[in-house]
Amino acid sequence: MATTKSRTLPLSKRGLNFEMFMWLFTRLSALAMYALILFAIIGALIMGAREQMNLADVLRWGFMPNSTHVQSTDVPDLAPWSTTFWRLTGSALLLVATAHGVHGLVVIADDYIVTSRGRNIVRLLSIIFMLFMMGAGLYILWTS
Amino acid sequence: MGLKRNVSLATALRYKGQGPMLTFILHRIGGLGMAIFITIHILASFLGGQIGVFLNTVYENWLFQIFIFFCVLFHAINGLRITLVDLFPKLLVHQREAIWVEWAVFIPLFAISVFVIMSTALGG
Repeated sequence: MATTKSRTLPLSKRGLNFEMFMWLFTRLSALAMYALILFAIIGALIMGAREQMNLADVLRWGFMPNSTHVQSTDVPDLAPWSTTFWRLTGSALLLVATAHGVHGLVVIADDYIVTSRGRNIVRLLSIIFMLFMMGAGLYILWTS
Repeated sequence: MGLKRNVSLATALRYKGQGPMLTFILHRIGGLGMAIFITIHILASFLGGQIGVFLNTVYENWLFQIFIFFCVLFHAINGLRITLVDLFPKLLVHQREAIWVEWAVFIPLFAISVFVIMSTALGG
């Protein structure tokens, strides 16, 4: 092997290019999603989920804290579930998860599309797709 | 050409990647499954109307729930292993043991979930 394993180099000598940045982003966004989902589940339990919701409903709220996700439960009042605070939490989870997911799709596509022209097309389409899904998700979160 | 690997399909299927290969494939299936589900779910909520109502009946089907929960739970647990091993590369020597731990966590959690989903769906 002519090249040194990057793992043994300090971060300053590794060269933080876009691929390296996205590699790190995938890991860190995963940790952020665990934290946000746990945060939403704890919030639901504080707001009365123990007596008003079952496990599936709590998980549905946890994976995306949007008030329409608790509409069909025994929650008496949707007002505490649709505050700006929860909308900001949901927006953070949406943006992080969309970026993580679309990057994952690009990684899978790169295994099958190897020409640089094809990869550039996939990247362009994925950015358009990501921005559209972020816009649609934010619209749903802030108008529901 | 992208798909030319000089390996026949039969040879590819006989590849003995063992535990790490299995988690790699399942991680991919889980990620793809979630990406497709969430895309459809957001689009249906965004567009609304009859399509959204139809898709809700698909989501509420217990077979679909078991599939999507497999995707979510496996991707989450396997992703935690990948994150820990990648952020602390010294742990890489223990990765096969980590995969066994991963299954030991995943199988009971998923079995309980399947039991809850099916008893809710079929038992009423």
